[in-house]
Amino acid sequence: MSDAHRSEVEPIGYVPVPEGYVSHSRLERVLRSGRFAVTAELNPPDSADPEDVFQAAQPLGEVADAINATDASGANCHMSSIGICALLTRAGYSPVYQISCRDRNRIAIQGDVLGAAALGVSNVLCLTGDGVGVGDQPGAKPVFDFDSLTLLRTIRTMRDQGKFLSGRKITRPPQLFLGAAENPCIPPYDWRPDRLAKKVEAGAEYIQTNYIYDIPLFEKFMARVRDAGLDKKVFIIAGVGPIASARAARWMRSNVPGIHIPDPVIERMEKVEKPAEEGKKICIELIQQIRDIAGVSGVHVMAYRREHVVSDIILESGALKGRKRARPS
Amino acid sequence: MYRLRLFAIRHARTFEWIYKYVERGMVAMDPLFAKIGYNRVERPIALVEKGVKTLLFDCKMCGQCVLSSTGMSCPMNCPKQLRNGPCGGVRPGEFCEVKPDMKCVWALAWDGASRMRHGGDKIKEVLPPVEHTLKGSSSWLRVSREIAAQERDAMDAARETLAQAFPEARENEPSAAPLAAEPPNAVNQELKK
Repeated sequence: MSDAHRSEVEPIGYVPVPEGYVSHSRLERVLRSGRFAVTAELNPPDSADPEDVFQAAQPLGEVADAINATDASGANCHMSSIGICALLTRAGYSPVYQISCRDRNRIAIQGDVLGAAALGVSNVLCLTGDGVGVGDQPGAKPVFDFDSLTLLRTIRTMRDQGKFLSGRKITRPPQLFLGAAENPCIPPYDWRPDRLAKKVEAGAEYIQTNYIYDIPLFEKFMARVRDAGLDKKVFIIAGVGPIASARAARWMRSNVPGIHIPDPVIERMEKVEKPAEEGKKICIELIQQIRDIAGVSGVHVMAYRREHVVSDIILESGALKGRKRARPS
Repeated sequence: MYRLRLFAIRHARTFEWIYKYVERGMVAMDPLFAKIGYNRVERPIALVEKGVKTLLFDCKMCGQCVLSSTGMSCPMNCPKQLRNGPCGGVRPGEFCEVKPDMKCVWALAWDGASRMRHGGDKIKEVLPPVEHTLKGSSSWLRVSREIAAQERDAMDAARETLAQAFPEARENEPSAAPLAAEPPNAVNQELKK
């Protein structure tokens, strides 16, 4: 084999990370440059067809700085997040590799982190994961060997010290931008900012929140976050999403863990003739309100099985205002 | 027992106080434990620990107790066994996502910690994942043994520094600045003062 072949298969990881950065992540560049970031969630297919992933990614890629690959969210079985990430990096997208602690132990997770980094992934999102009981296979064994914080600290150790948790050396550490989730709109409200501080302490560099539909509650949370100076230490990306109908909202509220949708929002959905349009409108308004809250660095759009509307929502909301769009006619 | 567990959290301050003295007592017993052999006392003490803590905290004998950092609310009772705070699925009224009839272990933990003298600071520390090899062993014994060893080491270090600071005395009057470690019982007498 000639050297020419080697350089063809090993381009990743040889480029040094610039001063002041921890990874090659596009999301990290956008956030650190002070621009309002947009991320979006890709709904994983129930198939082995890569085309399904590319089709779902295409409308998200138009507006998103990074695309989240969910890790069996809601404890439902789908294509794995690492599989989706591998496909997305090949197609030139910048994915966020979501890792849930529910299904794999520390041996599997640390190995997967190296694998993901080798595949060109540069963002991870460390999650606890929903309980197995809410998913499609409630008889499964819940693992939870790590929690989201021990996972964060472990990946940070792998990245910054070049070691596994066992102390064994990693010859080329993964260069990853570390993220975690937070859910400001559910109890215990008083302790949520403290919990966020702990996540920052554990290694989180950006936060993607769960759905925010209750702006006053989120504002209260953010006020406490600013008081603690946390907005200077971590980038906070607020989660939003269009609701399809009042019925869907009610169902989500009572069946999906950690979702808080206030009654006025549902009542507003009930009154209109085209609820899907209204859902989009509500989402756009939320983004505009969230953008004005001090300390928020971006939005994360989670449109369950409605990827096609994400681009419209972002463009109409003006979240990308100030970014130059070159579009030759 | 769930009710006793809630009671313990409500009285987290008292339990913090009790724990402090139990710990001191066990550290003081280090020479005795060392004489009998720590591996011999392990089982009976683990048995007592299990009895007391199962009754009070629904202890699962993970072998690495963190009650003083979690407001006296045992995190092993969290169905996800989280060690660092609540998950994102807590139900309205602070009930558990997985077991809707149970209060969130971590909502209770923060409540308990705010009642304790040092709990408020300790709950902010990021704790490591559970070491499954320690399951069933006595945390009390491990902790008190570690503290006793640390105190012994600190004592030896002090003596060594003293001896190095007065080299002439070591030469002319060695008993004034001994280098050798004292027998454990004597060290312990010193500590009590």
